[in-house]
Amino acid sequence: MGCAMPPIPTATEPLLRVRDLRVTFRMDEGTVRAVDGVSFDVFPSQVVGIVGESGCGKSVTMRAILQLIDPPGRITGGEILYRQGATQIDLTRLPPRGRMMRAIRGAEIALIPQEPMAAFSPVHTVGEQIIEAILLHERQDGRRIGRDQARALTVELFHDVGISMAEQRIDAYSWQLSGGLRQRAMIAMALSCKPRLLIADEPTTAIDVTTQAQILALLRALQHKYQTAIIFITHDLGVIAQMAHYVVVMYLGRVMEEGPVDDIFHAPRHPYTKALLRSMPSLHTEARAALPVIAGTLPHPFNRPTGCPFHPRCADILRERCATAVPALHSLGPRRAVSCFLHSELAEPA
Amino acid sequence: MTTPLLEVRGLRKFFPIVKGLLRRVTTHVRAVDDVSFTVQEGETLGLVGESGCGKTTTARCILRAIEPTGGQILYRTAEDTVVDLAPMSAADLAPLRKDIQMIFQDPFGSLNPRMTLLDNVGEPLLVNGMRSRRDRLDRVAELLRLVGLRPEFMHRFPHAFSGGQRQRIGIARALATGPRLVVADEPVSALDVSVQAQVLNLLLELQTQLRLTFLFVAHDLSVVRHISDRVAVMYVGQLVELAPTAAVFHRPRHPYTAALMRAMPVPDPRVSCDDGILRGEVPSPASPPSGCYFHPRCGFAEERCRREPPVLEEVTPGHFVRCHFAAELTLGVGQHRIGLA
Repeated sequence: MGCAMPPIPTATEPLLRVRDLRVTFRMDEGTVRAVDGVSFDVFPSQVVGIVGESGCGKSVTMRAILQLIDPPGRITGGEILYRQGATQIDLTRLPPRGRMMRAIRGAEIALIPQEPMAAFSPVHTVGEQIIEAILLHERQDGRRIGRDQARALTVELFHDVGISMAEQRIDAYSWQLSGGLRQRAMIAMALSCKPRLLIADEPTTAIDVTTQAQILALLRALQHKYQTAIIFITHDLGVIAQMAHYVVVMYLGRVMEEGPVDDIFHAPRHPYTKALLRSMPSLHTEARAALPVIAGTLPHPFNRPTGCPFHPRCADILRERCATAVPALHSLGPRRAVSCFLHSELAEPA
Repeated sequence: MTTPLLEVRGLRKFFPIVKGLLRRVTTHVRAVDDVSFTVQEGETLGLVGESGCGKTTTARCILRAIEPTGGQILYRTAEDTVVDLAPMSAADLAPLRKDIQMIFQDPFGSLNPRMTLLDNVGEPLLVNGMRSRRDRLDRVAELLRLVGLRPEFMHRFPHAFSGGQRQRIGIARALATGPRLVVADEPVSALDVSVQAQVLNLLLELQTQLRLTFLFVAHDLSVVRHISDRVAVMYVGQLVELAPTAAVFHRPRHPYTAALMRAMPVPDPRVSCDDGILRGEVPSPASPPSGCYFHPRCGFAEERCRREPPVLEEVTPGHFVRCHFAAELTLGVGQHRIGLA
């Protein structure tokens, strides 16, 4: 019985540090605190999985890192510290359309979106779109590289991501490719500028199980080969177990718990993580027996509960404390943290 | 054995592909191609497969939401007579509609946003002749209570409810006419994990309470295993395996079923999923491969598989497999996955 992911390389300093990130959407009906004080680190060549249900803020966090939050959304607090050599840049301070952010986005921090059909332009071949990205970002000895060379690089990338007949497929339009090939082409595009950080936003949610298994295996192999750091966003606990070194569990815009993948699955500390793992029908649960459930439903974003966001659904609630104060993310050791009053009295400043 | 509540025999549904100005039919998509199975009263048959395998088309044919191209859909009525739904006219079908109802996948798209819950859930009652508003009010209140919602909610509109609550509303509507057979098409796949378990528990409770029979269409094997008595696996329009749930999961006989099980990501980082990943992709049902449809992706394929299409055969009692080598193969699903390690 081997581990899903190869052992974690010991890293020195984080590549990306998200600190107390806050993103709000101000709308006529009210203000939605989509991301409400999120902190986590991403180390070089490690995979950080962000897992959570709809409305937990996982996709908004990802868009904030790429500076792609559209109005009425706005980053209202916190830092996103990205390390470039010896210096740290706070991405939240860069103008989203400025030269610096545009040089980072796509080249240093790349995205694999959920729906490759929507991400590729249907009127250009997939090859052209990848070549365009390479021409825009890649330099050789300080000079832009030629089109022929970019094309050769693209063919090489196609081989890398397991697309057969690469020379022909590069001239195909996205709608001529099957779902699996399209997602492979998308991965090739994301890798085209050798990013240091890859953000994969539910990259296999729209594809079939047997194809998903292939894409996940490919991502694992590529991650191993290029040692790219990956932020892997998903709602699927099965996928996260197979892909991540570290896991951040989110609920309603806050981090409930974070830690090494084995701890999250085998020694979860937060009542939400525990309940989530128990409520899944697995090949181990007794067939047709009632599953342990999490009571209630996800609250509407406008009706955010006071105190701990999970308290109305929590089985381990501590009297008034959980309903009035917001538990702070409390460190339990190196890269292991939980925000719950069961583990620490530490609260967010009111 | 008693007569099954539903028996599907040789069901076919072909969709024409038209080309050119004259809209000539060039070929057909064989979405459902010779599918046969039975569903006993009170049992749950899980129908699984990947997108395009024909599981939803099969379900829609049974509901006669679309016209089958061929085959029989034998339904045993409450009066214990067996009727074939496939060739029936709309008028003949009308009195049987209340017996067979559907739960849809999308809890957002399947409720009319301009109708209150009373009208959404009460519409099937009105259509089936419950003219009095007073009666409908009582019945809707009862139905909402049955699915775990408060009857006061009936004057609200669907937008006020979360995904899980809407799926409960969809279930209430499906149960409004007192159906005997409920076809559920991916009823939990659009729901969040924390809500999915609630809806699965509700479906199991209602089944016992109301003696319902379920045809449960899904792609998630762990959900199907949890809820089904028997499982039917489809691939490119055909059934490839049909057996009691425990048999399918402990000893799958078709290489595709085994591959599907290995492909499910296990929510345990100590279990590796890298072994035995299937090559290639699901072929298009418009141009399926020769012989066995699965042979281009199968690790056990031999010359015979390329030439000769296998038939669905009973390998052991109650265990049907469409594979030339079903009796000989020993298929690994990764024993640690089913808790036998």
